[in-house]
Amino acid sequence: MSAIAPPATAETAPPTPDYSDYQLVPARHPWRWVGTVLVAAGVAAIAWSLVTNPRWEWGVVAEWFTAQSVVNGLIETLKLTAISGVLGFVLGFILALMRLSSSPLLVSVSWTFSWIFRSTPLLVQLLLWYNLGYLYEKISLGIPFTDVRFFEAQTTTLISQFAAAVLGLTLNQAAYSAEIIRGGILSVDQGQLEAASALGIPAWKRSTRIVLPQAMRAILPNAFNEIIGLVKGTSIVYVLAYSELFYTVQVIYNRTQQVLPLLLVATLWYVVITSVLSVFQYYIERHFSKGALRTLPLTPLQKARKFFTTHVAASPTKDAR
Amino acid sequence: MSIIAARKDSSAAAQAAEKTRTAGPAGSAGDPDGTTTAQPASADRPATRGQVDITNVRKSFGATEVLKGVSLSVPPGGVAVIVGPSGSGKSTLLRTINHLEKVDGGYITIDGELVGYEVRGNKLHELREKDILKQRTHIGMVFQSFNLFPHLTALENVIEAPIVAQKRSKAEARKRGLELLDRVGLKDRAGAYPRQLSGGQQQRVAIARALALDPKILLFDEPTSALDPELVNEVLDVIRELAKSGTTLIVVTHEMGFARDVADTVVFMDQGQIVESGTPQEIFANPREERTRSFFSKVIEPAFNI
Repeated sequence: MSAIAPPATAETAPPTPDYSDYQLVPARHPWRWVGTVLVAAGVAAIAWSLVTNPRWEWGVVAEWFTAQSVVNGLIETLKLTAISGVLGFVLGFILALMRLSSSPLLVSVSWTFSWIFRSTPLLVQLLLWYNLGYLYEKISLGIPFTDVRFFEAQTTTLISQFAAAVLGLTLNQAAYSAEIIRGGILSVDQGQLEAASALGIPAWKRSTRIVLPQAMRAILPNAFNEIIGLVKGTSIVYVLAYSELFYTVQVIYNRTQQVLPLLLVATLWYVVITSVLSVFQYYIERHFSKGALRTLPLTPLQKARKFFTTHVAASPTKDAR
Repeated sequence: MSIIAARKDSSAAAQAAEKTRTAGPAGSAGDPDGTTTAQPASADRPATRGQVDITNVRKSFGATEVLKGVSLSVPPGGVAVIVGPSGSGKSTLLRTINHLEKVDGGYITIDGELVGYEVRGNKLHELREKDILKQRTHIGMVFQSFNLFPHLTALENVIEAPIVAQKRSKAEARKRGLELLDRVGLKDRAGAYPRQLSGGQQQRVAIARALALDPKILLFDEPTSALDPELVNEVLDVIRELAKSGTTLIVVTHEMGFARDVADTVVFMDQGQIVESGTPQEIFANPREERTRSFFSKVIEPAFNI
């Protein structure tokens, strides 16, 4: 009905009433409040059970959390993570460059490396490195197919538990990080390289100053995933009886039979390490997003400050108006 | 010694190429000797460097021949504007001048020095990357899509090459960089990242970046094609200024009004060849070739008066 005669309504429409004195009321969301209350109740129930259930044995957890042997294990875990993480990413970077080179030989060597180390279980790799002495009694460095030897040693003396652990974790890590770094480099626009070579910037500087800083944005989230995976992945070297964090708590609970509390000790430490890494991740990613975003995201500290200055302080004055 | 020999060799090769070219397709349309020669620089531009000679350059991508023996000379301080339909080989020709694109035949010299090659015996050997990069520092290039480095500020973009490729001190490079940004009207935006700038501003930073190496020649590859119409003029104005400065400019563009105003020589290319070239008056008002006439009738709107 009304749609049939629009021109007429336009002429006869009553004048718009003046709303300028009315107060604005935002929409209410009652179900949001119901949901919030339910979730809060659930969280409170879990927290309550954690605190009140005596079988969690928090006393035992507290007692072992900072025990010397546990701390020593923690240090070994951090050491393994740092060494294999750094070496793994350096080797991964080289493998990524090989894979992107125009030499078919380098490409296939890099591809084969990733293929082998990604398709065998880490556990098998570690045991293989540790038992390398069974396969090759001596390791020597010399000129192939001649008797010239610069260096020769028994494999078993050369490959300790630590060496086997680092070797296994590093090579495995390199295979994965190579793919991550390659993906990051490929995500940088080809025009960037072209512009850099048109400016006469040498190849190595083109990679390190133009391509890598931009590739980092794509590399970092995955790289931190890998590092966090590696922190917990080091627990697998318990098969070599290497006394890192996880092996240490195993030894302790086998003696004291307090299995769950000691597993909690290890878990809490892993949570602490991951949390610290996440903070680093946030700030490093923020650093490399310079120029990629029009305005940098606020740091948590700045966010909190903004919340208190705009929300808390300003809302009463808004209501007053 | 070897330099003199190289000069002799290249001039001999030039003469040989000269003979073959007269029979070539370019010869029928261009000047009697077949080489398309840009007009000499006008008297108020006392330029002594930046002579570009392109001789019989050929280039194929797979089975497609994109440059079919192109010859062009631009004198020091000259402004050559290359126009033509898309796919005519304009951009490819421009990219061969700083060896971003390798040629399949022919050669290019700048002030008599071969670009990307050196003479050994009677062969032209491609230079090592290091030497090519050194040659490129004399040839600035501005791209259609700007290609500014997004992780560096405007000033950092400008001073990157002087510091890394020319090993100038950071303080000196900064001082010069700020001067150049001032020249393109962006001194107050020195600390901004490319994404915080408009397209026109980004392209002006890119021009400042190309100027930072103090090049003899500047190549512009459709510098305004990626810009909104209202931003085109701010970039063209900067290029107009440069045209008076004595740097040799070679510009690929679709801006016919700009070509008419600024060019000493307008070069019309189609299907990998230079169809004809001459002063803007000759080319726009009185084209000799049917292909040129039909192209301009499509790109120049009726209201545009020559």
